[in-house]
Amino acid sequence: MIILADIIAATVLFAVPLLLVALGGMFSERSGVINIALEGTMIIGALFGCLFLNFADQGGWGKLHPQLAMLAAVAVAAASGIVYSLLLAVASVSLKADQTIGGTALNMLAPAFAIVLTWAIQGQGKTTIYIPNWIRITKATLGMAAAAGREKGFWETLFFKSMFLTTPIAFLLLAAAIVVMYKTRFGLRLRSCGEHPQAADAVGINVYKMRYSGVLISGFLAGIGGIAFTIAAGSGFQSTVAGYGFLALAVMIFGNWKPWRILGAAVFFAFFKVIGAYSGSLAFLPDFKGVGSSQYIYQMLPYIVTMIVLIFSSKKSRAPKAEGIPYDKGKR
Amino acid sequence: MKKVREFLGRRSVASFLSSLISIIIGLVFGYLLLLAFDSEKALFGIKQILFAGVSSPAKIAKVLYQAAPLVLTGLSVGFAFKTGLFNIGASGQYMVGACFALYTGIVLRQPWYVAMTAAMLGGAIWGLIPGLCKALFNVNEVITSIMFNWIGLFAVNLFFSNTPKILANYYGSANANRTANLAAANARAIIPTLGLDKLLKSPFMNISILIAVAIAVVAFIVLNRTTFGYELKACGFNKNASIYAGINAKRNTALSMTIAGCLAGIGGGIYYLSGTVQYTIEKVLLSMGFNGIPVALLAQSNPIATIFSATFISYIQVGGDAMQPEFAKEIIDIIISVIIYLSAVSLLVKGLITRLAERKKEAAPSPGQDTAQTPDDSKQEATS
Repeated sequence: MIILADIIAATVLFAVPLLLVALGGMFSERSGVINIALEGTMIIGALFGCLFLNFADQGGWGKLHPQLAMLAAVAVAAASGIVYSLLLAVASVSLKADQTIGGTALNMLAPAFAIVLTWAIQGQGKTTIYIPNWIRITKATLGMAAAAGREKGFWETLFFKSMFLTTPIAFLLLAAAIVVMYKTRFGLRLRSCGEHPQAADAVGINVYKMRYSGVLISGFLAGIGGIAFTIAAGSGFQSTVAGYGFLALAVMIFGNWKPWRILGAAVFFAFFKVIGAYSGSLAFLPDFKGVGSSQYIYQMLPYIVTMIVLIFSSKKSRAPKAEGIPYDKGKR
Repeated sequence: MKKVREFLGRRSVASFLSSLISIIIGLVFGYLLLLAFDSEKALFGIKQILFAGVSSPAKIAKVLYQAAPLVLTGLSVGFAFKTGLFNIGASGQYMVGACFALYTGIVLRQPWYVAMTAAMLGGAIWGLIPGLCKALFNVNEVITSIMFNWIGLFAVNLFFSNTPKILANYYGSANANRTANLAAANARAIIPTLGLDKLLKSPFMNISILIAVAIAVVAFIVLNRTTFGYELKACGFNKNASIYAGINAKRNTALSMTIAGCLAGIGGGIYYLSGTVQYTIEKVLLSMGFNGIPVALLAQSNPIATIFSATFISYIQVGGDAMQPEFAKEIIDIIISVIIYLSAVSLLVKGLITRLAERKKEAAPSPGQDTAQTPDDSKQEATS
């Protein structure tokens, strides 16, 4: 039973960054801009978030108010994500450049920039920014007495083994995303710009402003997703997010550009990812006798399963109609 | 003035100029970055970036050696771009190509050209599947290729782990996490040097760059001089119109991805059959495939221009290695990404240059002041 709690906790932990970043991608694409730079934006968010946490740790005040410091780190990550995605917005909305090209440039820039900056701050060759260990939410954080002396039970493992502030934040942001997207005037306008910008413009919506908003919101979410991933991965920031930004793109398409389905897709994908990681310690999984290094089979599994699901759900899949096409007022 | 105008009016010239301007700005940006980190050594750093690649014959060999696989992954991405597809899966195709080549060379003990054909086949399979998914089920090729990058990575690891005959420790080396040294396993599988290695005094030199250039020329001919190439490009420009004109867009989509896969696969083969490098069991995707994207973008998907853009990127990467340990070599990546970012924007500048030139051609010969504006305009646009 403990292992079940472990798996659920780990699934949630890894679903959170995928969920956040895929929601970010959704905002950008529903406004009509393909944001392939999510990977880079995550790296920038994680970089500045982790630098802030380190700064708080060295200042000594982080330990005193761990969750407050964590909240501030999330804010820093979000802000840096917004600033970074501004580069994409300027190129693809104002300058009407090719969105994939601009995004690719930003994806390349982010890890290089992170390495160079980490070196500059920490000294040559020190490529890892370590994350302080006080950021985890424990029973003590909530004012409960820690169960001393005995093995951790099911519920304790489920809720307190790997719980970080980013998890509740992610669920709040999911709720906010649903409300903004479907219950506000802003959401309706944003979606209309991704479907038919000319029509939106004709009824007086500022398409450029909407697309800027979409891209910046995606930067906000991807920045938070970046730090959420780094915390989940657990071994510090090494100027990479291991392709999670691209996976989030897949999750977004898998989720059909809709928030609830994106949640489902993120959990689905994270579950198979965790199964892959835990494959060695799960007795009920077949161990493929005669095949060496069968962990690779399980590591492949999430990608293969996603492929199959994508093929079968492709009939219903519907991308925003005008995504990827720069909006030009003068064109019909 | 008239000659200047006509010269700028040519599309290829405008492309070249806009790329050149991007490169210059990117390098200036890189120099400023070096200044910001260490103003005393910045001059040394930029000298290494600009001139290390030609400082000795061995360095030239290194540039060409790294350029060969880059040309091929660049061609792979560019070929798909021409058909309106974004092949972000060059990395996976590259790895699978390398795997097929090494298996054929080491375990099946075939000569290098057979191994190279196998590499092409492996890459083709890894391109065909995303192509088919796009053509038959309309699954976005970006997503499929990303998935197949990772599937390829783990599949290759799984395959190598279960093929003891391919690993280095089977041939007396201590390492079990990499493939055998080709010289020990099957020297016939090493790409011949034709004496080029003696000419440049470097073991890295072989005919791989010549193969890459030849393939680029073939790709250029296929795209620009054949009906098939025309159909592919038509699909890229406007899919609906090409279907209306009787072109089988589905077949072309699948074929284009397959060819892109072939090219990236050959890239993997060409690099790992050089005999100077061994495939290590990896945890992350190899960057050579991703580096094909900036190569293709800088060349604006033109196969011939790809040769030059790959050589350029390889050249400044060698320069970046040479400026270590004073500076992190990732500064080169920053320079490249700035160049790509600017070239995304400069596509507009290019359009502007040609449009201005064309407009003035139509109008009556205008006063000299008017025509002189064209080159000035382009500069202003690029810097703003």
